[in-house]
Amino acid sequence: MISELPFVNIPSEDESLRQSVRRFVRDYVANLPPDIRARSWLGFDAEFSRQLAARGWIGLTLPLEYGGHGRGHFARFVVAEELLAAGAPVSAHWFADRQSAPLIAKYGTEAQKRFYLPAICRGEAFFCIGMSEPGAGSDLASVRTRAEKTADGWRMKGHKIWTSNAHRSHYMIALVRTSGIPEDRQKGLSQFIVNLKSPGITIRPIRDAAGDDHFCEVFFDEVELRDDALIGSEGTGWEQVTAELAFERSGPERLYSSLVLLEEWLDAIRSRDRSGKEFNPSDQLLAGRLASHLTVLRALSISVTCKLEAGESPVVEAALVKDLGTEFEQAVPTLISDALAATPDEAAAPQLARTVAYLTQVAPTFSLRGGTREILRGMIARGLGLR
Amino acid sequence: MRTVIDTMIADSVEHILQDCCDPQRVRQVEADPRGNVASAMWEVLEQSGFIDALCPEHMGGAGLGWREAAPIVFACGRHALPLPMAATMLVRAVLAETSVDAPSEPVAIASAADVLDDGTVRADAVPYGLTARWVLVSLPVGDRLLPIDGASRSPFGGRGTLSANIRWPAVPANSIPLSSKTNPAVCWRATAAALVAAQMAGAMQRVTAMAIEHANNRNQFGKPIGRQQAIQQQISIMAAQTFAARMAASIALGGAGWRVHPNTAAVAKARAGEAAVQVAAIGHAVHGAIGITEEFDLQLFTRRLNEWRGEYGGESYWNGILGRTLLEGAMSPLDFTRILTAAT
Repeated sequence: MISELPFVNIPSEDESLRQSVRRFVRDYVANLPPDIRARSWLGFDAEFSRQLAARGWIGLTLPLEYGGHGRGHFARFVVAEELLAAGAPVSAHWFADRQSAPLIAKYGTEAQKRFYLPAICRGEAFFCIGMSEPGAGSDLASVRTRAEKTADGWRMKGHKIWTSNAHRSHYMIALVRTSGIPEDRQKGLSQFIVNLKSPGITIRPIRDAAGDDHFCEVFFDEVELRDDALIGSEGTGWEQVTAELAFERSGPERLYSSLVLLEEWLDAIRSRDRSGKEFNPSDQLLAGRLASHLTVLRALSISVTCKLEAGESPVVEAALVKDLGTEFEQAVPTLISDALAATPDEAAAPQLARTVAYLTQVAPTFSLRGGTREILRGMIARGLGLR
Repeated sequence: MRTVIDTMIADSVEHILQDCCDPQRVRQVEADPRGNVASAMWEVLEQSGFIDALCPEHMGGAGLGWREAAPIVFACGRHALPLPMAATMLVRAVLAETSVDAPSEPVAIASAADVLDDGTVRADAVPYGLTARWVLVSLPVGDRLLPIDGASRSPFGGRGTLSANIRWPAVPANSIPLSSKTNPAVCWRATAAALVAAQMAGAMQRVTAMAIEHANNRNQFGKPIGRQQAIQQQISIMAAQTFAARMAASIALGGAGWRVHPNTAAVAKARAGEAAVQVAAIGHAVHGAIGITEEFDLQLFTRRLNEWRGEYGGESYWNGILGRTLLEGAMSPLDFTRILTAAT
């Protein structure tokens, strides 16, 4: 079922992290143009991730004994929103920090935790998420990649696709079938931590419409895995993935993908109209509309964070906020693009135009990644008591 | 997290309104805004003590802020309460702050008022102008509470409206001045806008609940229509919009006292108005023809959603104000939003 999302503020001890994170991040990205910063959590820079880790801003929610910082989800929220608002290139560590590390912390063995978590927190172990397959997109339970039990481990065979950063990561957490047939659906699925250097793995990047290579196809040809590659229990992969998706869907990256553009656009209007001229009423209206949406979305996202902090798994609430958030992320480039074209006598500054163009090209993915809008709405409907 | 007090208030108001403000009585008040049903309903609310919730304890109130009292306003919307309970709560709290006795009757807040050359006081489109006994107006001479007796009023709006255009031949001698000591001055329109936004969120909860119930019970093609993905997707949208409206109003009504920051009121009214359009439209789409009948209760809520959307300024008005504030400053959108929500 779906629970209320009350208005809460971020506790001051977590809020106090903000200024130091901001100083470091804004300084680091100072020379990056806005269309590059608009890559947001798809931008990759291993050196940036290592520097962030050195300052203690990766693995905030993980226990101290595994190299984490023993902080809560609010602290992570503050750091995440500063990174995203600045358009920092965070993708190297993003997936591990967001979902792989919490997954390992929750379901991993002591040895797995000791091996992976400290490396993640140092910004040295990058993860990708192996869920989708050519025949299993929204219908994730129909994955066909298999792992068969061998004498001393598992042998994996199959094919993943749309795996962000597979070519730049050290490990993949893969959802695969370990028993039964695809028609068994959620039963018989398991998760493995796969070292991407293992023999038998081929990774092929896929170029996107904006010219970037971030997602990949990954082929597994008789890949030998040791017993300790299994994470959690054999056959409980579906339940583990569901818990993971609450983390994947609840964060501020589901509303901030177009924030760099919004900030650049506001600054462009401010410098254009600074000469005491009145602001264009339609720009004023649009700025207000986007601000009112952003304010409400951020408060909803913080409210979901509060549930994570309380140890709940707000799967449906996170889906609801992601649905609203991605609608906003997609509306920002659409509406700003029209606002810029409202004055044909004055062309927009080239880098603002490039930022709008980039976001317009990739915006369709905002409501695909992490669960499509239509799938989420089906989940919300069930949470409301329909079906 | 919701506190125990919030939950107690919400449950208790819910019970009172379920009993005294059922759909039949709402219709009776709409048909006869000054009749016995309206006064009996007000008497129950007065006895409940909730109208004084924001007044200090030494003045007989509960000393609450909107942060705790917001559930009362949501409930007013959820039950289509035809009386200005939230506005009266606010005016009583402001009067109590300067130790002035408030009238015991319902008070409406005018969105705008002026004095004509012949001395006539004009207040148009006053929400609850037909059921209120007093009206708060902001005049050049200051804020005044004017009694309805001696005024002429005519309905403003469509069938069942409770809004009125009101005229007083002059400022009545028994009007109650509000102290100018209230500092900063109260922005009545903004505060009232936030309260209407909260009522709208309450009405949206009701419309969404009705749509879910109808979708689960109405059979077509041999199964409940709620099993159709097309209907599920639509109801999911209305639920998300309802959550957004409720959060928008909760931000505005997040303060420890009765004050509402005009910027948060702008967010609340603009966002709730946008949500209301979608929620009302989907609510009707799911119900089909039955939803548009007088006999079915849906119209009591969707009619109000559409009417409330225009009261105290709509989306364009408030988004325009918010946008100007944002553009005139130098803050990033994130900081603007952070400071706005931290201010409540």
